[in-house]
Amino acid sequence: MKAGGSISIWFFIGISLLVNGLLIFGAGIYELFHPPQVPVVLFHLHASIWWGGLLALLGAGYSFYFAPGKGRV
Amino acid sequence: MTLLFASAGASRLVHLSAVDLVIVVFYFLLVLAIGFYLKERANTGEDFFMAGREMTAWIAGLAFLSANLGSLELMGWAGNAYKYGILAAHWYWIGAIPAMLLLALVMVPFYHICRTHSVPGYLKLRFGESSRTLASVSFAFMTVLMSGINMYAMAVVMRVVLGWDIHFSIWVSSVTVAIYVALGGLRSAIFNEVLQFVLIWAGALLIPILGLIEAGGWSGLKARILQNLTEQHVANPAAYTHLWSTLGDFSKNPMGINWIGIVFGLGVFISMGYWTTDFLVVQRILAAKDLRSAKLAPIIGAAFKMMVPFIVILPGLLGLALLRDPHTGGLLRLVPGDIAWSEAGRAQGLHGFDEVLPLMLARYCGPGLLGLGITALIAGFMSGMAGNVSAFATVWTYDIYGALINKKASDELKVKMGRWCTLLGVGISIGTAYLVMHAQSIMDYVQALFSFFIAPLFATVLLGMLWKRASPAGGFWGLLAGTFSSVGMWAWVKVSPDAIRYVALSSHAQDQAQNMFRALWCGLICGAVTIVVSLATKPKPDAELTGLVYGLTPIPHEEHVSVFHRPAFWAAVVGVVFVVLNIIFW
Repeated sequence: MKAGGSISIWFFIGISLLVNGLLIFGAGIYELFHPPQVPVVLFHLHASIWWGGLLALLGAGYSFYFAPGKGRV
Repeated sequence: MTLLFASAGASRLVHLSAVDLVIVVFYFLLVLAIGFYLKERANTGEDFFMAGREMTAWIAGLAFLSANLGSLELMGWAGNAYKYGILAAHWYWIGAIPAMLLLALVMVPFYHICRTHSVPGYLKLRFGESSRTLASVSFAFMTVLMSGINMYAMAVVMRVVLGWDIHFSIWVSSVTVAIYVALGGLRSAIFNEVLQFVLIWAGALLIPILGLIEAGGWSGLKARILQNLTEQHVANPAAYTHLWSTLGDFSKNPMGINWIGIVFGLGVFISMGYWTTDFLVVQRILAAKDLRSAKLAPIIGAAFKMMVPFIVILPGLLGLALLRDPHTGGLLRLVPGDIAWSEAGRAQGLHGFDEVLPLMLARYCGPGLLGLGITALIAGFMSGMAGNVSAFATVWTYDIYGALINKKASDELKVKMGRWCTLLGVGISIGTAYLVMHAQSIMDYVQALFSFFIAPLFATVLLGMLWKRASPAGGFWGLLAGTFSSVGMWAWVKVSPDAIRYVALSSHAQDQAQNMFRALWCGLICGAVTIVVSLATKPKPDAELTGLVYGLTPIPHEEHVSVFHRPAFWAAVVGVVFVVLNIIFW
C-alpha cells in the first residue's frame, strides 16, 4: 500500500525500526563498556545489543526494499 | 525539557535517559510527518472518511487490530492477568477470534457490497432512519467519552510510571492525534496505526522473552506461580494457569465466573458485538480495496490477536511469578489502582495491578529499550484515540449532520465537517478527561453506558443480515428493548447488590462476570423482541433488501483463485490454531 504519492507505509516503518534499532544498539554498546551501577535483571544477556541490532537490520531491509521510487507497495 | 516532563514532587517507577527521550520524540515527529505527508490525499469524502477504499488486506487487518490495542488494553489486561491469571487470555481468544472470523466470512460481504460509510449507515439501509439515529447518536457520544476516559487513565499511569505531569500527557498526545487525523483523515489514522502496531511489538516483545528465560520456561513459570500463591494462601492457585478446567463452578476461579458466561456472554454477545458492529474497528475493514481484502483483513487481525497474549497476558503472569520487593526481598503484591494511587498508597510505595507491564519493562529494559517500551505504550494509546476520533468524525458527518441537520451537504462541506469534527472529538475527549479528573465516579457510569449498546446492536445487525423477515419496526424496538434491559439490569445491581445472584447466576460473580451475563441477557432480549415485533409488522419488500440480506445478495464466488488466496482457507487455519491453543492451556 502506498502513502501519499509514492512512499509506501512500509518505508516509514523501516525508517522507524532502523533509527530506533541504531539508538538501542548504540546504548547497548555504551553500557557494555560502561556498565550501570544498578543493572537491569539479565543484564549479562545484553538484550539492547542483539535486540537493537535485529531491529536495525530489519529496518534497513525494509527501508531499502520499499525505498521511494522502486515502485514496491 | 525536564520541567515539561516532570510532575512536581512526583515519585516515578522508571527514569528515562536521554536516548529514551530521543526515541519518544522521534516517534512523535514521525507520526506528525506522516499526517502532513498524507494531507494531499484527503480531499474528497471517500478519501477522508474511507481512506479511498484502497487499503490492502494487510494494512486494513493490522489497523483493525491496532485501533483496539490501546495502551490501557495493554496495561489493563496485563494487570488483569496478574489479578485473574490466565483466564484473562479468554478476552483475546474466545473473546475475539470466533467474532473476527464471523465478521470476515459472514458479515463483511454485506457491509462491503452495500458500500455503507458506517455501521449506523447499514442500519439505515436495512431498518430505516430511526434505528440509524439511535445507533449513531449513542455511538458518537459514547466513543468520544470513552476516549476521554482512556486519555485520563493513560495520563494517570504516565504520572505514576514516568512522573509526567498529567496535563502534559493529555495535551501533547491528544493534540498530536488531532493534527495527524485532521490532516490526513482515515488514511493517516490507518497508516499510523500500522506503524504503532509494529512499534508495540518491537517495544513489548522482549519482556516475555527475557521473562521466560528468567522463570525457566513455561513449566518453571507455572511452578513459581503455584508456589507464590500457595505462600500467600490464595484459594485455588492452579486456576491461575488453566484456561477452562476451573470454569465448571463459579467459586473455583478468581473471576467468579463459569463457562456459560465465558462462552455465551463473552464469546457470543460481547465479543461479537464489539468486533462486528463497533464502528471503531469495522471502519478499517470498510476501507479495504475489494471484497477479498475486506474478508482477509479480519482474518489477518485474528491471527495477530491470538499472539497478543504473549506480550500482554504473559507479562502479567511473569509479574505474579517473579516480582519481589526490592527492599525486603519478599513477594511484591500488587493492589487495585485506586488503593495504590491514593496518597496513602503512594506513601507506602504500593503498586497497582495496571503497573505490572511497566514494572516488568523496568525490570529488563535498560536505556534505549526502555524508551522503545514507553513509546509502545504511548503508541497504543494514540492508535486507540485516533480510532475513536476518526470513527466519531465519520458517524457524526454522515449519520447525524448529513442525515438530520444538513441533508444537502456537499462532499466538500462533509470533508470540512470531518476535519472540524476530528478537532471537536479530541476537544470533547479532553473535556471528559478533565471532568473525570474532578469526579472519578463518572468513569464507572460512562464505561457502563458504553456496554449498554454493544450486545443489542450485534443481535440487531446479525438478524438484519441473516433474516429477511426482520422488519424496520422489529429492528428499532429490539435495539431499544435490548439497550433498556441492559440499563435496567445494571441499575438493579447498583441499587441492590444482592441482585447479582440473579443477573450473573451467582453471588460469587465479580464485575467481569456481571458484564458477561448482562450482555447475554440483553442480547437475547433484543433478539426476541426483534423477532416478535417483526412477525407482527410489515417487512421491507425483497427489492429493497438486495445487497443487505443473506439470500437476496449476490456474493461473488472465489473458485477462480487458488486455495491459498481464499479467505475461508485462512479462516480455517486460524480456527484450528485457536482450538489447539485452548487445548494446550486447558
